Amino acid sequence: MHTQSLTELSSALKNKEFSSKELTQHYLARIEKYDAVLNSFITVTPEQALAQAERADQLLAKGGAQPLTGIPIAQKDIFCTKGVRSSAGSRMLDNFVSPYDATAVAKAEQAGMVMLGKTNMDDMAMGSSNENSYYGCVKNPWDLARVPGGSSGGSAAAVAAGLTPIATGTDTGGSIRQPSAFCGITGLKPTYGRVSRYGMIAFASSLDQGGPMGRSAEDVALLMKVMAGFDVMDSTSTDIPVPDYSATLNDSLAGLKIGLPKEYFSEGLDPAIAACIEAAAKEYEKLGATLHEISLPNSHLSVPAYYVIAPAECSSNLSRYDGIRFGHRCENPKDLLDLYTRSRAEGFGKEVKRRIMIGTYMLSSGYFDAYYLKAQKIRRLIADDYRKALAEVDVILGPTAPSTAFKLGEKASDPVSMYLSDIYTIAVNLAGLPAMSVPAGFVEQLPVGMQLTGNYFAEAKLLNAAHQYQQVTDWHKRVPEQFRE
Amino acid sequence: MSPEEVKKIAHLARLAILSEEELAAYTRNLSDIMHLIEQLKAVDTTGVEPMPHPLDATQRLRPDEITESDQHQLLQSVAPFATVESLYLVPQVIEE
Amino acid sequence: MEWEVVIGVEVHAQLATKSKIFSGAPTAYGAAPNTQACAIDLGMPGTLPALNKAAVEMAIKFGLAIDAQINHRSVFERKNYFYPDLPKGYQISQFQTPIVGKGFLDVTLDDGTVKRIGVTRAHLEEDAGKSLHGDFTGMSGIDLNRAGTPLLEIVSEPDLRSAKETVAYLKTLHALVTHLDICDGNMQEGSFRCDANVSVRPKGTEKFSTRVEIKNVNSFRFVEKAINYEVERQINLIESGGQVVQETRLYNADKNETRSMRSKEEANDYRYFPDPDLLPLAVSTEMIEAMRSTLPELPHQKRERFVEQYGLSEYDAHVLVSSRDLAHYFESVVKQSEVSAKLAANWIMGELAAALNKANIEIRQSPVSAEALSQLLQRIADNTISGKIAKTVFEAMWQGEGSADDVIREKGLKQVTDTGAIEKIIDEVLAAFPEQLADYRSGKDKLFGFFVGQVMKASKGQANPQQLNDLLKQKLG
Repeated sequence: MHTQSLTELSSALKNKEFSSKELTQHYLARIEKYDAVLNSFITVTPEQALAQAERADQLLAKGGAQPLTGIPIAQKDIFCTKGVRSSAGSRMLDNFVSPYDATAVAKAEQAGMVMLGKTNMDDMAMGSSNENSYYGCVKNPWDLARVPGGSSGGSAAAVAAGLTPIATGTDTGGSIRQPSAFCGITGLKPTYGRVSRYGMIAFASSLDQGGPMGRSAEDVALLMKVMAGFDVMDSTSTDIPVPDYSATLNDSLAGLKIGLPKEYFSEGLDPAIAACIEAAAKEYEKLGATLHEISLPNSHLSVPAYYVIAPAECSSNLSRYDGIRFGHRCENPKDLLDLYTRSRAEGFGKEVKRRIMIGTYMLSSGYFDAYYLKAQKIRRLIADDYRKALAEVDVILGPTAPSTAFKLGEKASDPVSMYLSDIYTIAVNLAGLPAMSVPAGFVEQLPVGMQLTGNYFAEAKLLNAAHQYQQVTDWHKRVPEQFRE
Repeated sequence: MSPEEVKKIAHLARLAILSEEELAAYTRNLSDIMHLIEQLKAVDTTGVEPMPHPLDATQRLRPDEITESDQHQLLQSVAPFATVESLYLVPQVIEE
Repeated sequence: MEWEVVIGVEVHAQLATKSKIFSGAPTAYGAAPNTQACAIDLGMPGTLPALNKAAVEMAIKFGLAIDAQINHRSVFERKNYFYPDLPKGYQISQFQTPIVGKGFLDVTLDDGTVKRIGVTRAHLEEDAGKSLHGDFTGMSGIDLNRAGTPLLEIVSEPDLRSAKETVAYLKTLHALVTHLDICDGNMQEGSFRCDANVSVRPKGTEKFSTRVEIKNVNSFRFVEKAINYEVERQINLIESGGQVVQETRLYNADKNETRSMRSKEEANDYRYFPDPDLLPLAVSTEMIEAMRSTLPELPHQKRERFVEQYGLSEYDAHVLVSSRDLAHYFESVVKQSEVSAKLAANWIMGELAAALNKANIEIRQSPVSAEALSQLLQRIADNTISGKIAKTVFEAMWQGEGSADDVIREKGLKQVTDTGAIEKIIDEVLAAFPEQLADYRSGKDKLFGFFVGQVMKASKGQANPQQLNDLLKQKLG
């Protein structure tokens, strides 16, 4: 069951080959069997899952089922789930049993999906390796000595190891795409405003975006249809119709213009990864696409600009954690200042605290213009680069990450080198564009991801391009040895 | 960035720094990050409009309707400390 | 040295919306703690703000009423600071680009002159909750019901030159926001709060000196006292060789003094930046024009009309338009009876105002309705009772003893207008005071008043004064 696509699982459910309850039990058993090693889940919710599966089975029997009714899903622990701990990977929220559902969670439930549990992630979604989780790091299913990427590392590892057929992630600077690349799965970061952020615990509001992570573009398209859409509760969500992403997957790529940014293939990129991406480009040529060299001249500024903007927003977003209404509260505060400083120092991990401090500094008087405003101007330069490029080409192709999954602990003590592992993904968040990571080969038995970036709200085009590639390649079908059974 | 600056920022952000080792580590890490950020200063951004939002949209307005009912018991069930008469409790706020 | 006082004020007017500025929780005053604070107001993880249209419309109405520029694009920013009554650790406010730009307010001063006071800006923001310092085992209680209530912060230019001018400005502003129906104006409940920036400079100089902010003075009377105290403190300080420091001071009404709040300088780094959860607020010309068409008669327009239509004095008209409820009460009284506007104005500004003041209640809570007062005044006009008896009747009405007619009937206060009856009393009185009668007739004219008094007394005050006068004159020849 765990190697089947969502479409296959869905038709099996409809044909009564197995019930949603059986399917759910199958995945719960796999979590039971494998997750002690992987640590991809923070919370597993078997009782709730089985109850949802039973409801789904009733719907399937009555004939009121939707495409994903009865399909299990894992939610990143950044999404608030009513009655279930929603920790965001942080000690700060270890005690937070959300009183409400995030919009994305409510939509999955309305679609009849069955939540298996909440996946592990870096503390407050800040990290690129999952080593910043309060609940311990997640292991990469392809090599247990390596990181799964972050911050949606739990979702990526769980999908790759077949502990869930599909999962959600969130992406502020690459947190869906980079772990998707490291774990050999397919992940989509939608256009900013396409998926509601309501109930998604905020990291950096102008960059955060939730999206689907699955085994193939086809699977991702199905969940994307469920997650996407306007929400009155999120002022930054966009009120335009959601297309049927599955309907255009088989469109021909003949005449598709693919741009290759010359800046992405320069120094810093592992030559073996470059070779994978070039091979993928050739596959696209065979599919009828044309290749064009393009330039994103300000791309090298995306990491520094991001490390002004994201910390600035997070420093403010995380001020609500004060030990009063929710979250961690220190023991016996001697006064109000002590309550604040100790609750926050104990509740947040080191990386979160570093970013809060950097952001506080960026916004403080005397530095605001030099850093925050400057970074927002450079953000526009970066977005303009994309605007120009996407006027010439339909899709931009490049690597998702400069390397394959690195070893646990390798970059843990050097924040800056960790930041640079998101060098290809960050610019997309600054511009607010949609982008995917799609499996494109292996280097030394470790998956390589290619990144496809499209124009605003062109998710359907990206999914189409990814799906066509997956019709002529099988990288996405590979399953790590240890988790095949 | 100096240890004094780090202390000042930590206070502004209401984060306790508990030991000298911790302070030294933050000072080192934050200085490295600042070094990365300093690259921005060399860029000429004359005439460029800042971009606080990825999309060029404007604020939607909500009708003035009461849509929320009293849920204080549920909402206070996640409070990390006792409430009294449905008030959250904090160490005495000294009226300045 | 002669000193000039320079004052600018910031008013926080709570906007009279049903729901909060960024959530659908109710704004009603006085609910049990935290029962009106929803997940968004509490700043719960993952929650987001959604802007209330009515708050925006009210801000536009205010802007139009002060002839201000309405900015087609304004931005919500975050003001970051930690305080237990501020759930998110930041207040959503407008900083660099407010919705309402420069405007002005014409203020009538006590001497009748009109002074134009500049309004620098008005912006939308959310209110904070409240810290309560009761006996909670040595802790403070936090009630977040008020968190997220919409506020319009109205900032004046430093155009005010005395405490009295400041109060006149505040009263004019208060009248305006209540007329516009955008604020209930209830100062006790904190719906209309004032902060004053006060400085003094040698007369004739242009440069502004260091100013002191006096926070949250919540009655007009205390504003005046607090400013006067502060002005004196600053002058004394400078004249004795000291220097005014920029600080925030709190007024203590019991002691009539201001005292320094713990230095806020350090905490003043508010780190404003555009709120990424909210998009720029666009206000179209159509929206502005739509709001313009809903503008009610403004206080200064109403004042002019009162003078013209009812023949009131400028002063009376000015007092009556000081609040929408008062003006409305006056017009209701006048419309419901044929009593003269002057009589109505005198009664409303006299007896009624005194009674309201004494009971410390607003006019809309008055136990004597406009309709009831109208009936009472009608009885004065048609000579059923005298003005003096009317005061007794009013008192009874205030105590809930019924309508004017009920009270007059039950207490037998109907005026005696029967000539025969009055003549009879006069005859009795003259017979009872033969000596005084003789003195009067021998030229002591002043005794006329004595006889009027005696007759009135004998009639228990119910004799029609005019008739009494005429008849007595006849009798005394």
